[in-house]
Amino acid sequence: MSLKIDQDHSRFRGIVRGKIRQNLRKYVSQGELIGRKGKDLVSIPIPQIDIPHFSFGDKQRGGAGQGDGDPGDPMGGGQDGDEPGDGKKAGSSPGEHALEVDVTLDELAAILGEELELPDIRDKGKSKIINAKDRYTSIRRVGPESLRNFKRTYREALKRQISTGTYSPDNPVVVPIPSDKRYRSWKTEAEPVANAVIIYMMDVSGSMGDEQKEIVRIESFWIDAWLQKQYKGLESRYIIHDAVAREVDRETFFHTRESGGTMISSAYKLCAQLIDDHYPPEEWNIYPFHFSDGDNWSMDDTLLCVEILKNKILPRVNMFAYGQVESPYGSGQFVKDVREHFGRDGRVVTSEIRDKDAIIGSIKEFLGKGN
Amino acid sequence: MSEFALKTALPAYLREQQNRIQKLAVEAGLDVFPTVFEILTYDQMNEIAAYGGFPNRYPHWRFGMEYERLAKSYEYGLSKIYEMVINNNPSYAYLLEGNSLVDQKLVMAHVYGHVDFFKHNYCFRQTDLDTGGRTVDPVRKPSSYDPNRRWIDKMANHGSRIRRIVGRQGINKVEEFIDHCLSLENLIDLHSAFSGRRPKRPLDDEEPKVTEIPRLRAKEYMESFINPAEFLEKQKKKMEAERDKTSKFPEHPERDVLLFLLEHAPLERWEHDVLEVIREEAYYFAPQWQTKIMNEGWATYWHSRLMTEKILDASEIIDYADHAAGVLATSNGRLNPYKLGVELLRHIEERWDRGQFGKEWEDCDDLEAKKNWNLRLGLGKKKIFEVRALYNDVTFIDEFLTPDFVREQKLFSFGWSNRNERYEIETREFKAVKEKLLFQLTNGGNPFIYVEDANHDNRGELLLRHDHQGQDLRQDYAKEVMRSLNRMWKRPINVTTIAEGKPVMLRYDGKEQTTRHLRA
Repeated sequence: MSLKIDQDHSRFRGIVRGKIRQNLRKYVSQGELIGRKGKDLVSIPIPQIDIPHFSFGDKQRGGAGQGDGDPGDPMGGGQDGDEPGDGKKAGSSPGEHALEVDVTLDELAAILGEELELPDIRDKGKSKIINAKDRYTSIRRVGPESLRNFKRTYREALKRQISTGTYSPDNPVVVPIPSDKRYRSWKTEAEPVANAVIIYMMDVSGSMGDEQKEIVRIESFWIDAWLQKQYKGLESRYIIHDAVAREVDRETFFHTRESGGTMISSAYKLCAQLIDDHYPPEEWNIYPFHFSDGDNWSMDDTLLCVEILKNKILPRVNMFAYGQVESPYGSGQFVKDVREHFGRDGRVVTSEIRDKDAIIGSIKEFLGKGN
Repeated sequence: MSEFALKTALPAYLREQQNRIQKLAVEAGLDVFPTVFEILTYDQMNEIAAYGGFPNRYPHWRFGMEYERLAKSYEYGLSKIYEMVINNNPSYAYLLEGNSLVDQKLVMAHVYGHVDFFKHNYCFRQTDLDTGGRTVDPVRKPSSYDPNRRWIDKMANHGSRIRRIVGRQGINKVEEFIDHCLSLENLIDLHSAFSGRRPKRPLDDEEPKVTEIPRLRAKEYMESFINPAEFLEKQKKKMEAERDKTSKFPEHPERDVLLFLLEHAPLERWEHDVLEVIREEAYYFAPQWQTKIMNEGWATYWHSRLMTEKILDASEIIDYADHAAGVLATSNGRLNPYKLGVELLRHIEERWDRGQFGKEWEDCDDLEAKKNWNLRLGLGKKKIFEVRALYNDVTFIDEFLTPDFVREQKLFSFGWSNRNERYEIETREFKAVKEKLLFQLTNGGNPFIYVEDANHDNRGELLLRHDHQGQDLRQDYAKEVMRSLNRMWKRPINVTTIAEGKPVMLRYDGKEQTTRHLRA
């Protein structure tokens, strides 16, 4: 259905995308979104633009509230927004530019997809593994006591007592009888499992500084979130390299600082090896991501990389992504070499990430193809 | 009116309920405008809510922003809008499709509370269109009070007026100007509708008269004693100062900054039109935030009475109680206007039923006697009907908040703690709580801003004054608003205020923002 509000809404979206980019940038670069809440809840801000008015400064503000607590106890959360007197004026609560909403990572990825207009990924795996999963979705009258739904049971009992006239408000004792009891009940659902693995490779040679690694970290978080949404049970492998490559765990991947020369081929060799050993391409969707500052040791090594990519990696993967982080030291030659050799190959995606602001654009370059 | 009108009429079973509930409401003493209910899907509901309740508004991105917020909150299951009612004659109210019957009944009962309030509360008299926005006696009403409040049409007209301007000027230009207008929309005078006719501006073409200094009659040789030269000089200065004062413009500080700009700022025709629309709508919405607590309290009071006494059958009680509890819940120590309003109304009703008012009651300091005080006057109902007509939130709290009530309802005041960098509960002491509450409500929580001088420094600059009452202006916002003022006035803008205890003058000359300390 077409709504009149659509026009205003798309103007708002336009403003957010263009003018209020800083807002989006701000929370991506500060990693606010990565701050998880609970098990897998994240809070995402809904963009709000505040129209400035003559209003009161924050610090001297205060007000009246209602509830328990002693003088000196903190107020729950911020105090903006819900004050009486705010009335129906839209967005009149000062000081709050973003409204926080808690969503699951899954939804977050969907929002990311929508925001960046990412296409769903084409699944390449042939053999589908079916997984059975129990979901508690409904209520029934029989079941084990351990699954009793207390609230529903109580309500049934209350209803019965009221309708039979045995409920007395003065002595509100509600006693359930067996027929009042309600139990949670489950359905078994078959869920196809697609297999996917991301192989992250990062250059940790002396020229990659903390800022460069931060960029890689944020970008891989988002890539992870998106692919996680597309495939249940996504695996991740991490490879770091300078002149030699080794596989590490996630923690090490993001925090190691090494020094020394750069031989990118070492990482590609290890990557090809990993695929050989663990991930038969007919069953797996494979996504290697390589981040570097583009300063390879020699032209010979670059040619070796091209060789490995062409023969060992590309035939087996959904997509190969190379992200080049700009660093004050590197020559940044590698991305040009890759483009020269694979410029027309749809399976190879390259992206140059100048600074934190460029992360959004880069994610889009990587994932916008839907391979 | 609404283009949904045909598709959104109530189904027969709800129509029956409406007739029944309206009848019960009227029997209970409510006096309402004719009320039209429509039933909407959730995205229609979100759309109309985003537009502030009106199906047709002028185009502006902030409605889109509000829509997104509402739609996302709904999609993530955080909140949904149960009901919406528009102050219009006839009043329009919207029900959400797919709500349970109990909910729909509750909403209808609640809506009739609001409509009675719209019709009778004095603040809403300023939305009567047939009085030209001037109601000198807000209390007295003709016996057949049937005002023109066709705001749905008016808002739609505003919409097409602005759309026409957009057609000529382009959306970006107009939208940007609307943004500026909206920055100023809280600079209105809430009492202007009731203050009678504004004094006419003195004509400028009169030549300033040469002032004769009055002197006492004296013989010539006594002259220098009876009318000493320095005295005459002083008199002259005084009179000149007097004359300067009257030639000052505006003569008295003007609170309706929007009106002042409309009348005196060098605006283009279309800009004038846009600003006028924004101002009229600001006055339309003002009574709603002036009476938020009372209005919601009144509606809640009535839905709760009508539902529990008349409407519900036994099978519905639990669902009703569940939802009513949700409406009245407080969380994180925040004030819930529904809760505060309804509890205070009940408190008043009880006090007047038991005769707990007047001099004897005030003077009594026997705690036991006060506790059991009951004169069985039964004046409660009469009193709350009177309150709903004659008070706004500020006067409501000011007059009826009692220490007992503050204690029972666990009210407290909170403020920012510099040491702990957080908001903290300060005290539960009655006076402090009441003061904070009133401050929060006064002028809708907005600072008092006056146009002081339109020819500041004799250079056509605009001078505004912030009447500082304990809280500083938010500086970054003030600067933005001054840009908007400059956009209208075209000359430098000056605002006097107090920042961190020192009087300052903020200035924006079209290029630069400066802050100058004034000598106290």
